[in-house]
Amino acid sequence: MARMTMIQAIRSAMDNAMNKDDNVVVFGEDVGFFGGVFRCTEGLQKKYGNQRCFDSPINESGIIGAAIGMAAYGLRPCVEIQFADYMYPGYDQITQEASRIRYRSNNDFTAPMVVRMPTGGGIFGGQTHSQSPEALFAHVSGIKTVIPSSPYDAKGLLIASIEDNDPVMFLEPKRLYNGPFDGHHDRPVTPWSKHEFGEVPEDYYSLPIGKAAIRREGADVTVLVYGTMVYVAEAAVKETGIDAEIIDLRTILPLDLETIEASVRKTGRCVIVHEATKTCGFGAELMAVVTEGCFYHLEAPIMRVTGYDTPYPHAHEWDYFPGPARVGAALKKVMEAA
Amino acid sequence: MSDDKPLSLHVPEPEFRPGDKADFSDVPIPQAGSVPRPEIDVSAEDIHDLAYSIIRVMNRDSEAVSPWADMLDDDAVKIGLEDMLRVRAFDARMLMAQRQGKTSFYMQALGEEAIACAFRKALRPGDMNFPTYRQQGLLLSTDYPMVDMMNQIYSNAADPLMGRQLPIMYSSKEHGFFTVSGNLATQFIQGVGWAMASAIKGDTKIAASWIGDGSTAESDFHSALVFASTYRAPVVLNVVNNQWAISTFQGIARGRAATFAARGLGFGIPALRVDGNDYLAVYAVSKWAVDRARAGFGPTLIEHVTYRVGGHSTSDDPAAYRPKEESDAWPLGDPIERLKNYLIARGAWSEAQHVQAREMIEAQVAEAQKLAEKNGTLHDGPHSTPASMFEDVYEETPLHLIRQRQEAGV
Repeated sequence: MARMTMIQAIRSAMDNAMNKDDNVVVFGEDVGFFGGVFRCTEGLQKKYGNQRCFDSPINESGIIGAAIGMAAYGLRPCVEIQFADYMYPGYDQITQEASRIRYRSNNDFTAPMVVRMPTGGGIFGGQTHSQSPEALFAHVSGIKTVIPSSPYDAKGLLIASIEDNDPVMFLEPKRLYNGPFDGHHDRPVTPWSKHEFGEVPEDYYSLPIGKAAIRREGADVTVLVYGTMVYVAEAAVKETGIDAEIIDLRTILPLDLETIEASVRKTGRCVIVHEATKTCGFGAELMAVVTEGCFYHLEAPIMRVTGYDTPYPHAHEWDYFPGPARVGAALKKVMEAA
Repeated sequence: MSDDKPLSLHVPEPEFRPGDKADFSDVPIPQAGSVPRPEIDVSAEDIHDLAYSIIRVMNRDSEAVSPWADMLDDDAVKIGLEDMLRVRAFDARMLMAQRQGKTSFYMQALGEEAIACAFRKALRPGDMNFPTYRQQGLLLSTDYPMVDMMNQIYSNAADPLMGRQLPIMYSSKEHGFFTVSGNLATQFIQGVGWAMASAIKGDTKIAASWIGDGSTAESDFHSALVFASTYRAPVVLNVVNNQWAISTFQGIARGRAATFAARGLGFGIPALRVDGNDYLAVYAVSKWAVDRARAGFGPTLIEHVTYRVGGHSTSDDPAAYRPKEESDAWPLGDPIERLKNYLIARGAWSEAQHVQAREMIEAQVAEAQKLAEKNGTLHDGPHSTPASMFEDVYEETPLHLIRQRQEAGV
């Protein structure tokens, strides 16, 4: 089987999807001739022509608004927002338009479209290239939000997102583009070519949206995590030796409630980890879900390890970024509770 | 010490407020027939003046005297007149129904009927409008059933939209009418995207986007113009300048620009101003723009100059922000009267025929209302089932919504 980075896997997903379905079109800032600032669309214009892969003006509201119109026509646009941090001018189009077209028209019109965007920190991107806005999507009914953590998942989930008949926000953890990152910024990164999840079929395949993956089975505590933090959690579990069950959510909306509830009912303890800011972050929803569904099984308070409620600090990135030490401390604390 | 005078902020004000006598005698109204009709492959630069003039076909003697005239035969004009009468009768009925508490909200197109009705006739089946909330004429000039529009307004058991949308936010793909959002300007760029899709697929369909004078200030207006310009999208970009955005006069959105049409010129988009109360002129200009789009020459911006005779919606009283008589003073007259007089001057219509046509249409509207009310009204019901509230958020209802529906006990 081929080895791919997450970038190559995402490119392969779009390549497969464009090859299979003439209605799939790809556009966004710098995605055409150049192939995107992260190279995710490299070669697609050459292969499929400039009618199906092209550069857009720097106008996120325009990119997403035009994609809605195209989707209403019958295309399946897969657009790139260069950084998730640039999504905000298009937020109105996502939250009040794409998300509601099926509902408000009673299925007369739909918006099958994907908005891809690199998310998260860990690349010294400062406050406008490091944000994790997933909670702002999860709060909105009518859209789905997917955050893969490996090349294999990224390809299968991106193809599923393009096939989906509802709008999907597809957040790509940019710190994982070239290799898994365990939070130890001072250690060398393992390239995807040397990691089992870097094995990706060349052919078309999809993975179900809304299904979490149990990355590590364990008996003592459930770790709910997604994106880059999957590897940070793995490192923390390894370093503490705690028998944790690590659940990679992969999709945060619709959420795999059954997998989460079954795990916490089994372990009785729960730690939630994400990069995004804490207050009203997606972890707050996860705490609520676990409390509502598993309260009588809990043996300790649920803990969150998240980014702090500050703008993303450039020089202090590694103080801000939840690393294995902070996650490990939370794991120990929930294990110490009576 | 500086000699500079303190700065002050310029806040534009309309010429007339309640209590003033509205006088538009200084508003330049070009004579019918004074604006040339260019070829459809013209560049924006070459018809620069058309963004500052007003294309008019009917003169004061109700004659069609323009290079833009002679595009519709008398039978087609009669249909147009009946379409406008239908919009007016429909609006009057539904406004009354709202006042009677049968629904929550209504918006009339009083005085603006010519624009949507005439534009619709320039389109072909399969073309798509991305309308605002004041283009009911796009549906009422087709065979879309009035009773379905009323069912939607009443959010009743037969509402095609299941009671999910505010009254008048219709949707009909079959009739080229994209689901109305209710947000301003968002759909202007969506129409451009639809047109881009048609071009990508090598189709021959075109799109039409709609926006009001006030919302041209929104970013999405500019998004639409830049995308339409860049990709030469087969789209007609309609600005309906009815002078008022709720209580805010058009000068607040327009700023120092001479016209809204002129906004198109900076994007290299041919821009035309048309007398929006002149059915024949609206049709001719719309047809020009539609033909241009379909021939692959790209977008056109049309500013339809008109006047919003009624309130913005049933939620505002225009007497609070403009003189009551202002609409009478507005120099472009009433679109129905003008088209009626044109047909009479041609010997193709009479006052008696007009009264007869109006009464027949009013009876049809009343009949449709009766039928719609059999399906219920907003406050008296019946409605779609409460369980339907949870459907169609997604193609397949996810577990969290299924649980919420169960909690709701429906």
